[in-house]
Amino acid sequence: MSTVGETALKVRSKNAGPFWLTVDIFCGSAGAFDKISAGLDSGIVAQALNVRPDQLKRFDLSDLNVVKFSAPRPAIQGTRADRDMHGASFAVLIASLTI
Amino acid sequence: MIRVLIPSGALGLGYDRAALAAGIAMRPDVIAIDGGSTDSGPHYLGTGTSKYSRNSTKAEWRELMAARAQAGVPLVIGTAGTCGADDAVDWLVDITREIAAETGENLKIAVLKSGQDAAALKSALGAGRVTPLAPSEPLDPALLDECTNIVALAGAEQITAALDTGADIVIAGRTTDTAIIAALPLKHGCHAGGAWHGAKIGECGALATTHPNSGTILIDFDETGFTMQPMGQGVRATPHTVSAHMLYENSDPIRLFEPGGYLDVSNAVYTAPDARSVRVEGSQWVPAPYTVKLEGARRTGFQTVSIALVRDPRYVQNIRAWCDDIQTKCTAKAQSRVSGEFSIELRIIGLDATLGALDTTAQSGTEVGVMGIITAQTQALSMEVAKMLNPYLLHHPLTEEEEMPTFAFPFSPPEMQRGAIHEFCLNHILRLDDPMDAFRLDVIEVAP
Repeated sequence: MSTVGETALKVRSKNAGPFWLTVDIFCGSAGAFDKISAGLDSGIVAQALNVRPDQLKRFDLSDLNVVKFSAPRPAIQGTRADRDMHGASFAVLIASLTI
Repeated sequence: MIRVLIPSGALGLGYDRAALAAGIAMRPDVIAIDGGSTDSGPHYLGTGTSKYSRNSTKAEWRELMAARAQAGVPLVIGTAGTCGADDAVDWLVDITREIAAETGENLKIAVLKSGQDAAALKSALGAGRVTPLAPSEPLDPALLDECTNIVALAGAEQITAALDTGADIVIAGRTTDTAIIAALPLKHGCHAGGAWHGAKIGECGALATTHPNSGTILIDFDETGFTMQPMGQGVRATPHTVSAHMLYENSDPIRLFEPGGYLDVSNAVYTAPDARSVRVEGSQWVPAPYTVKLEGARRTGFQTVSIALVRDPRYVQNIRAWCDDIQTKCTAKAQSRVSGEFSIELRIIGLDATLGALDTTAQSGTEVGVMGIITAQTQALSMEVAKMLNPYLLHHPLTEEEEMPTFAFPFSPPEMQRGAIHEFCLNHILRLDDPMDAFRLDVIEVAP
């Protein structure tokens, strides 16, 4: 068992506009891509970001060795409940998931 | 073939001067730079102001204006003044006039404004022309009156109209990041998929290269696609750096929606004609009814912030209970002493201030910061409640049976007024019969 962060080269999160968050998992190799693509359950990702599973978009991009998730932001950017204006810290939630 | 020079990802971010000079030597047809985005939060659209300093903006804009004069081609900026609201456009127009007066330049400036009138949007809403984007709900018309600024994102058509005036400089309000780059290639019949795809790759300057901070890149658009090359010395673009850029700040890496259609890159082919350039073909533009995205920000209250630092190990260990107790007691006290709605929130910096309840494995170190955020409908009320919070942050004991503790404050006074707070409240699109229907174009002649 290992985590996404240990297996991938880099995990990055960022706003995709004020209402969406996007997380890019740069796997770094075809082997790591296969492991993360097969081993990372979308339901667990949705739970980590506290979004409904049907709101989560997933892209498994083998050409780039990237697995990408997009979801409505847990709090709309810049609202009182938002804690991270650029959405950069959500990556650690995904990096810490076990595969 | 149309050659577009992009000095950097945004005016105010800085760029490599040698790279810009190298780009000018390549004789571009247009120089295009982005002036902002929503990424810094709702304050800027809410207030119609710029995030970047006026002096930095003026210094960089002066250099770009000089580069434009040297190249003899138009200089285009989109989303002027961070948010692209009409006031922010006027701010950059004033800076441009100042520079022109200082350098003695004659200039023709096309000014494109993207600000929207709430009443006109209500009519459009009533006519079924305003629809929500996921994950938002249909628009409540009352929300339009609450917005301090509403803008529509212009596309390539409005930038083309501005360029068609023969202007030396185009200063545009809110536009899509890509429109300022795609406009001229599209006008000249370059491949539409290539124009939009190249524009997306170029909108962040050198971010799609091996040296993201080097700024300047050059893109050649033609009948079948585009070729991108960085201008910084030793900087390379590779098929990987370019193709991976479709991931950046996009919720969908395959499809990018723009006014009048969308870009589909699922069949794009990336090749390397040499060690530092990338050629892309096969991107598709799929036309759709002409819609523009709306952005709006409204004021939601006023805030005051206080920060206390806690180093005592026993208090650090029990910081959550300490904060919860303060919040309960201070809220009750303030409710009995002020009228008006307010909220007190305590975030524990060094524990889970960044992610809150999502951070299920948070652990604190040897010290924590406690950030008290007081929100109310007036600045005076939020300050009043913040002053009631102060004695708690200074002396509140974990138990009644202990000597009164004292905690560290970095400042006197500890309360910091944040002023008005805003939030983004529109995530909707507006259907237009003519792309210029929601935009206004003026031409200004500046003479010394």
